[in-house]
Amino acid sequence: MAIVHRKAETVPAAEVAVRPAEASDLATIVALDTEATGLSKASYWKDRFAWYASGHKERFFLIAEHGKEPVGFIVGEVRAWEFGSPPAGWVFAINVKDDARLHGLGTVLFDALCARFRKAGAKTVRTMLAKDAQVIMSFFRSQGMMAGPFIELEKRLA
Amino acid sequence: MRLQTATRIAIFAVLELAAEPERQLSAAEIASRFGISVNHLAKVLRTLGRAGLVEALRGVGGGYRFRGNAKRVTLLDVILLFEPVGPAADGSREPGQDTPDGRALRRVLNEIDDIARATLSSISLATMLKLVGQEKSQEPLRRAARRAAVDVVG
Repeated sequence: MAIVHRKAETVPAAEVAVRPAEASDLATIVALDTEATGLSKASYWKDRFAWYASGHKERFFLIAEHGKEPVGFIVGEVRAWEFGSPPAGWVFAINVKDDARLHGLGTVLFDALCARFRKAGAKTVRTMLAKDAQVIMSFFRSQGMMAGPFIELEKRLA
Repeated sequence: MRLQTATRIAIFAVLELAAEPERQLSAAEIASRFGISVNHLAKVLRTLGRAGLVEALRGVGGGYRFRGNAKRVTLLDVILLFEPVGPAADGSREPGQDTPDGRALRRVLNEIDDIARATLSSISLATMLKLVGQEKSQEPLRRAARRAAVDVVG
């Protein structure tokens, strides 16, 4: 998951529309992710697109569009009763085009996803991040997210 | 986790100044808001000034003003000016640290330190100011709850 902010005079958040992703967005999604992570994961995103953009009422793959150009995306779903948790919205990915950052587009996408989570019955939104992913963690912190009641544990399998 | 007094004062001062970056405040004004010593605050402000987070303005109406980027400066940035977060930064040894027990204990403590650093490095001053705003908006409710509690006890 990655979000980077940089100067972008041409893409004010107020002029951005958010809509569900379409099959024709897939190439842009892969390109945005490649731009942010340096890794091209076309088959991964094809698989994720099939799962999250299928029209299921609790899965969301949203595109931020400026004019006709996709400039960012966010992906999430409502999941319930894992580890005893009531329905909660999970954010799995967020990305804003490199030259469109620092103008609140991430916030527009996050707010749009949260609105859909609320409509689907979720009372909480959560995500999971690498501890050293300071930029993206700062973004979620700026949205008011704090540590929740769960903690991730793991072990290397011999 | 507890912060040293100088660190807490620094966080309060920098938040107070960052809330309105164009405003100048004297050390006395900041000190009175938090009930802290002006002398202690003055030392802290000198450290913040050397780090480029605040600037001292001389003359009539002088005082201190925030100079950083509130969206980029994090709590960890401020804290590290005054104290280490995590294992002793001065390289001092802990009793038993090279024993299996000491190493096992260090692994567990490192886990806590890692989380502390990740948390503090992800909270910008701008995010802190939002949290302060939330706390301020809840103050009337808290005061009302305290009054109600006093009425019940009284």
